[in-house]
Amino acid sequence: MNSSNEVKSSVKQNRALEVWKQYRRNKGAMIGLVILIILILIAVFADVIWDYETDITAMQVGDRLLKPCLEHPFGTDNYGRDMLARIGYGTRYSLSIGFVSVLMGVIIGVPLGALSGYIGGRFDTILMRLVDTFTIIPSLLMTIILVSVLGTNLLNLMIALSISTIPVITRITRASVMVTRNSDYIESARAIGAPVHTILLKHVLPNCFSPILVQATLRVGTSIISAAGLSYIGLGVPLPTPEWGALLSASKSFIINAQHMCLFPGLAIMITVMVINLVGDGLRGALDPKLKR
Amino acid sequence: MLKYVIKRILMIIPVVLAVSFIVFFIMDFVPSDPAVTALGDGATEEQLEYYRETHGLNDPLVVRYVRYMGGILHGDMGTSYANNQQVWDLFFAKFPNTLRLAVASVVVTVVLSIPLGVIAAVKENTWVDTVCSTLSFIGLAMPNFWLGLLLIMLFAVNLGLLPSTGADGFASLILPAITCGTGNMAALTRITRSSMLDVLKQDYLRTARAKGQSESKIITHHAFKNAQIPVVTQIGIQMSTLIGGAVLTERVFAWPGVGAFLVDSIQKSDFEVVTGFVIMLAIFVSIVLLIVDVLYAFMDPRIKAQYARS
Repeated sequence: MNSSNEVKSSVKQNRALEVWKQYRRNKGAMIGLVILIILILIAVFADVIWDYETDITAMQVGDRLLKPCLEHPFGTDNYGRDMLARIGYGTRYSLSIGFVSVLMGVIIGVPLGALSGYIGGRFDTILMRLVDTFTIIPSLLMTIILVSVLGTNLLNLMIALSISTIPVITRITRASVMVTRNSDYIESARAIGAPVHTILLKHVLPNCFSPILVQATLRVGTSIISAAGLSYIGLGVPLPTPEWGALLSASKSFIINAQHMCLFPGLAIMITVMVINLVGDGLRGALDPKLKR
Repeated sequence: MLKYVIKRILMIIPVVLAVSFIVFFIMDFVPSDPAVTALGDGATEEQLEYYRETHGLNDPLVVRYVRYMGGILHGDMGTSYANNQQVWDLFFAKFPNTLRLAVASVVVTVVLSIPLGVIAAVKENTWVDTVCSTLSFIGLAMPNFWLGLLLIMLFAVNLGLLPSTGADGFASLILPAITCGTGNMAALTRITRSSMLDVLKQDYLRTARAKGQSESKIITHHAFKNAQIPVVTQIGIQMSTLIGGAVLTERVFAWPGVGAFLVDSIQKSDFEVVTGFVIMLAIFVSIVLLIVDVLYAFMDPRIKAQYARS
């Protein structure tokens, strides 16, 4: 018994090592991973680097709308606040919205998709029709409707975004469960009388892990963009929170005389999403060499 | 074939029922009061109550839903609480603008990404391929509305070449169409590339080459023709998302379309407009998806045969 456990864990280790080796070969994915780690560190230590009261929200009317200079590399906004500090602090919001909303979507979408794919039948038909219905309503509109029902704050924004993530995750989980369901080893697990939840958790889902992980990673980027969009139309995180979409929304009125206010928050969103997509692509290549293209 | 189309059109009915019920159900939770939207903040409690009673707002959800759907069957989509206009009229006042923007954006996307995808596939793993995939990678990560702001900054503010807002003639369509179009470029380029790569490895292309056909004819006549299906699917998906999802672009350019008006109505909790608009959008999205499926039959005789059987 003991030795079989050891064998199992060493097999797992080998697999992880193998994936890491594959991943490391992809230069873009490595660059993406390094930048993503830096961004996560900035997000985690934002309140150590900057003081929320003095650096982020305090107004310095004398420094209004300064162009990028040595003291303010990204310039200042219409209240004289340093844009670099505000964008840096904003990393916290965008990253947490992206990751938490996708995590919530995964927590609900994976069990739904797994059950739907494994059990099939009427449950599957009804659930899939429901998923289709949600897909027919454009997801951004759905999120807007949900946010206005729930009220605008950070948590509600995450919930609304996670609801539009659920159909995506449910679909991909269902598809890959349906492929694994008919494998011989699942058949034999069923034959020895293993209960459904054991089969699903121990045998089916671990083999569906890669496509779900890849899809979820790519979805983080989409959620960050949607969140910024909602903040842009005033339905996301309320001001003076330096969320990137809110910063862009504030820049609208100064598009003639302070274009840096619009340039840098957008760049921050773009680079973050690009980095996450690079990591997602790298994972896809490393986890499933067949899918590389 | 005709039987298939009719079957698909009939399938739109349950979709509309489901969509309308979901929207009805969710909108029921909106904290604000439609009576206040209609009468304004100055109205007394008696006036508000009278309005709610006469408009049936106090009835249970299911009763209101059944009455609403009954109205739709008689061609009545209700009236806006905010400005007392017919929802049907409001929708068709805005929809042509949305459709115009959607079509123009798809044209921009197709014109840019199909050649890029084909070239990237033909020159697989060369610098051309790298440039194409880098471009589409950047496009995928760029928030659409930010691109819109950048375009306004460059072409309207700095160069003064194009109008920044409104829907007044062809010139005002250019920037919104580029904004929506390039946003979708990334996906279409990638799909064109990968479906071309699949086809390029097939035996019949080798046969065509062996016959001595010119390379350009092989690419356009033999390869691309067979790589079309995923490409058309993607175009259909884009068209359907653009019909309701160009909200942000419409906002950035003050484009008087369905999406921007819908968002305003959501914020004003103009219940009838939101429900009616979402139902109409669902119908149009379903129609676009149906058109895509029918187009398959024209592109691939095997699919046509399948439709005839079903």
